[in-house]
Amino acid sequence: MDSYFSILFTEVYKILFLLIPVLVSVAMIVWLDRRVWAFVQKRRGPNVVGPFGLFQSLADALKYIFKEIIIPASSNKLVFVLAPVVTMTLALISWAVIPFGEDFVLADINVGILYLFAVSSLGVYGIIMGGWASNSKYPFLGAIRSAAQMVSYEVSIGVIIINVLLCVGSLNLSDIVMAQQNLWFVIPLFPMFVIFFISALAETNRPPFDLPEAEAELVAGYQTEYSGMMYAMFWLGEYANILLMCAMGSVLFLGGWLSPIDVFPFNAIPGPFWLIFKILFLFILFALVKATVPRYRYDQLMKLGWKIFLPFSLFYVVLTSSFLLYFDLLPGK
Amino acid sequence: MIAHSVFFYIFSLIAIVSAVMVTVSKNTVHSVFFLILDFISISCLFIMIGAEFLGMIMLIVYVGAVAVLFLFVVMMLNVAEQKGQWFSSRWDGGTHIPVGLLVSLIIFFELIIVIGGWKYKPDLLNSLSINISNEVTNTRSIGNVLYTDYILLFQISGMILLVAMIGAIVLTYRERAGVKRQSYVKQISREKDEGVDLVETERNKGVKIDV
Repeated sequence: MDSYFSILFTEVYKILFLLIPVLVSVAMIVWLDRRVWAFVQKRRGPNVVGPFGLFQSLADALKYIFKEIIIPASSNKLVFVLAPVVTMTLALISWAVIPFGEDFVLADINVGILYLFAVSSLGVYGIIMGGWASNSKYPFLGAIRSAAQMVSYEVSIGVIIINVLLCVGSLNLSDIVMAQQNLWFVIPLFPMFVIFFISALAETNRPPFDLPEAEAELVAGYQTEYSGMMYAMFWLGEYANILLMCAMGSVLFLGGWLSPIDVFPFNAIPGPFWLIFKILFLFILFALVKATVPRYRYDQLMKLGWKIFLPFSLFYVVLTSSFLLYFDLLPGK
Repeated sequence: MIAHSVFFYIFSLIAIVSAVMVTVSKNTVHSVFFLILDFISISCLFIMIGAEFLGMIMLIVYVGAVAVLFLFVVMMLNVAEQKGQWFSSRWDGGTHIPVGLLVSLIIFFELIIVIGGWKYKPDLLNSLSINISNEVTNTRSIGNVLYTDYILLFQISGMILLVAMIGAIVLTYRERAGVKRQSYVKQISREKDEGVDLVETERNKGVKIDV
């Protein structure tokens, strides 16, 4: 029994060691997002609270904590309260399998990539629950849109993952990174990387695919009725999901914790830093896209997902597997 | 080992309770949420017996896709009120309840047969042609047999799904007149000759344009 508790405590310690940095970096990433956005539009962005405005997100969070939580009278109260909790929890539990370095991962499970995919496919529920439980037209429309969008783009993300797995021969995320020691998958699978990036934008409801929150039509989509800390939890969950998608992109395509070239000044930097650099790089791309691209129309969005991305990535699966088979490069023999 | 059995009982309890709640709860949307909870706890049980691949696939397919469609249907059709009617005390002569009872009776007998078949499990295990080893991950061992020994079954189930999919589309698709569609090819290939029409008009008279 003692050993059980000691295992429990070390695990809880490890989980806190992972989650607190993730939460803090989510706050920082919001600041970065707004700064990049402002930079593109020749504004200053948040620069008042703290050095360079770094504490802006913390100030915002503090404000949300002290705001009143309003639960609409005609809403389905239990589901209404559960929705942000579900979003936030799902956004955080997926970090358990992200490898930050060799043997530097909370849960090194065999089916890591499937776990990530499963948890991100559960993310739809927070949004549907929020939109339905609000019992109001705009949130409901936003939720339906968002769910349809996330389900569609998940399909193409799944097929893209198959492409990577064909080259690795394992579902373990650490194995996926180690398979990229000689060549990052972004080079042979570059079209897949581009499609993954765009699908990740759609999956996380980021501009130009932020139709669920299209403020001109739907007020704020599924979040319309939420206020105070509950809104903040949706917001944190959304950014944690964005960071997760960036982490997934860097693990699948950009070699995770590996340094770009295996020579002295580069490989002296510890692995976790490389992963963080890569996540930041992808996130800045996300922010630049937000600042530059206009919003898609809904039918265009669906067309892009089902009629362009899905057939193309399926074709690429056939191409990759034929290539690997022909040149006898199939892994795991 | 204690922790293992504690978790097993927690997950099975959640699974059973939520399965009961699916049928009992009056709000249909709540039923679907309980169904999702049921799926999740079943996949946890799968993971606990070491079938992590099946557990994850269960999450991805059932929870991530099938249940979302269930939710869509339930929310869009507003079945909630209908279900309220079924649970009212008087029977309005509808056919839902007799048909439902018939179907559940059939499923019940099927379950009895399945559970009865459990008796033959030891014989069956000996007659298996595949040898199950613990050394390879179960993803790999499923992959080894699925596309080789069981390719025919795999393809037949794929065909059944395809037929069901096409059938559903054929049944629900109806062509509506006057729907405007965007065609990129048409838009891009438009030339000045066909797009612009110069019309001589008489003074103070309008022009009728045929589109």
